[in-house]
Amino acid sequence: MVNLFDILRGKEGDNDYGKKPVIVQGITGKFGSDHTRQMISYGTNIAAGVTPGKGGQKFEGVPIYNTVEEAVKATGSNISILFVPAKFFLGAAKEALNAGVKLLVAIPEHVPIRDAMTLLELAKKNDAVIIGPNTPGIIIPGIIKIGIMPASAFKPGSIAVISKSGTLMYEVSHNVSSASFGENITLGIGGDPINGTSLVEAFDMIKQDPNLQGIVVVGEIGGDAEELFAQHVIDTKFSKPIVAYIAGRSAPKEKRMGHAGAIVYGNYGSAESKVAMFTKANIPVAKRPVEIPMLLAGKLETKV
Amino acid sequence: MRLLEYQAKQLFSEFGIKVPDGLTSKDIEQGRKDAEKLGFPFVIKSQVPVGGRGKAGAIQKCQNLDEFGLKYPQILERVVKGEKARAILLEKMVDYKKELYLSLFLNRGKRCYTLISSSQGGVEIESVKNQVIREIGMGNVEREVCEEVAKEIGLGGNSITEFVDLVQKLSKLTIEKEAELVEINPVAVLNDGSLLALDGKIIIDDNSMFRHDELKKFHEISELEQKAEKSGFSLVELDGNIAVVGNGAGLVMSTLDMLSDNGGKPACFLDVGGGATTESVYEALTLISKMKKVKGILVNLYGGIVKTTTVASAFLQAYENKLIDLPVFARMLGAESEKSKEMLKGSKTKLFDSVEEAINAAVIGVSKHG
Repeated sequence: MVNLFDILRGKEGDNDYGKKPVIVQGITGKFGSDHTRQMISYGTNIAAGVTPGKGGQKFEGVPIYNTVEEAVKATGSNISILFVPAKFFLGAAKEALNAGVKLLVAIPEHVPIRDAMTLLELAKKNDAVIIGPNTPGIIIPGIIKIGIMPASAFKPGSIAVISKSGTLMYEVSHNVSSASFGENITLGIGGDPINGTSLVEAFDMIKQDPNLQGIVVVGEIGGDAEELFAQHVIDTKFSKPIVAYIAGRSAPKEKRMGHAGAIVYGNYGSAESKVAMFTKANIPVAKRPVEIPMLLAGKLETKV
Repeated sequence: MRLLEYQAKQLFSEFGIKVPDGLTSKDIEQGRKDAEKLGFPFVIKSQVPVGGRGKAGAIQKCQNLDEFGLKYPQILERVVKGEKARAILLEKMVDYKKELYLSLFLNRGKRCYTLISSSQGGVEIESVKNQVIREIGMGNVEREVCEEVAKEIGLGGNSITEFVDLVQKLSKLTIEKEAELVEINPVAVLNDGSLLALDGKIIIDDNSMFRHDELKKFHEISELEQKAEKSGFSLVELDGNIAVVGNGAGLVMSTLDMLSDNGGKPACFLDVGGGATTESVYEALTLISKMKKVKGILVNLYGGIVKTTTVASAFLQAYENKLIDLPVFARMLGAESEKSKEMLKGSKTKLFDSVEEAINAAVIGVSKHG
């Protein structure tokens, strides 16, 4: 099983511990350039950018290459964050995996389902991890930020936040930070029907961290990721505190609520179904984001 | 995008899947011509993008012209689960001996398509008994798998080859048209053993529409939703009087939930989207200004990829151009929120530190003036 901390932070003693090099695909685009600046100012080691046709130039001191392959060769990086329009997503993502990228953070929204599924098959073959598409990215507060999240919501700490939604991930982390828990990792799996990394897989990739004291799962209506997650927690007898939140309780059925994946068909994807499974797994579900720290505190106390 | 039954059947026909003879109209004049062409008796079927038509009386048999004159307008006017009829399908009745269930469905948890079939079709999927389920990867179903399933649901004789053929055509449609769901419920087994699609439900992956110009003719959305789509934000109209605006689908859903919990009634769900600009938010406010039921606007922002100042500027412009005169209750956090607070000082937008306060103020404010 992949340990995300090993990829993102490295192991103590690595000469690039906490400074893992990251490639930005689409570094000169509108969002790519803006967020590259913000990632650099957070301290992320942005080692290379890729924009076809702009190889040889620099952006904020970061060398630009025409292809991911050249960027990987020059920097030894195996992490890439991808900013390209959905139409070009599959091509750019395949290029990254074929060049040896092992962790791809896929920011674009509106990626067709078939493209996501095609990419997943390749990722499986290459032993690569895809976070997203339609994700705000990953952050280990104080160490590395690979994504578009506003840094101010996050503080170093011991709670992991895994979220389908981007802005709710900020909102919930902000609440967790304000209550002085802080986060040891926060990641968005994306709001699409097909996630490169599922809720269960994200959980498995972070659960071994010795600093982890609790987990917040931020779900929303649509699909059955939360139900599968709750069952997985039961099956693996995971004992650290978990608290959940589900957005979309009041949404009408069969209406797509902004995210491609946020739609209820009958009982499939309904908030009721998710809450029922969480209850079965002894995971309390907050009615509002602001309740999350209180539920966490309660759970942590009963552990002591 | 969910296709209407007649649209789904049009695609079925294109892929060689047999459907009953039918004609589609949008008014009774055309309906009469269709009736004459088709010949009585037939079934009048309301075309709405939701299930439960039978129970709602939106599907009725029709024996003659007198009945037609009575039932057609009735069914055209009938609202099913809040949806008005988009069109009316007149369809010949067929004799059959059995109803099956068949669908190809994107299983999100397993991240593959699944084939679901049953010998007991004609009821909603939740109530379909004895489901035979097969995982089929990206949608391609092997002949052997189709045969196995056919036998498991109790088919025999020529119905087996008919079933294999039907599933393979359905699989081709799913892959080529990038459907999330293709469902035939029921499939009729005719007296000669052949199979016929009596109903059809297809959901196309919206995100794949950029490479499916041929499906654009089926894209029927309200004027408001169309405008929203063009400007890059998502809008879902609801029944209440408080417009809910925010960035990020999850955050806006969460705001809807909290507002509803506190007794407020959301008028719409509006996610300005990750690519929001001052112009697109201004366009969103223009849409809201046209929704007469709206008595107040609740704004919940967590700036990230969208800066709060982008949204604040749009509100200031909207006041300046007298586009909106509604009270606005807002919470803005994240990227450039301090600057936004400065910008909105003294404007009609009341800013609150927490979303709870903004929601309570909105509920109280709107009930006072509503």
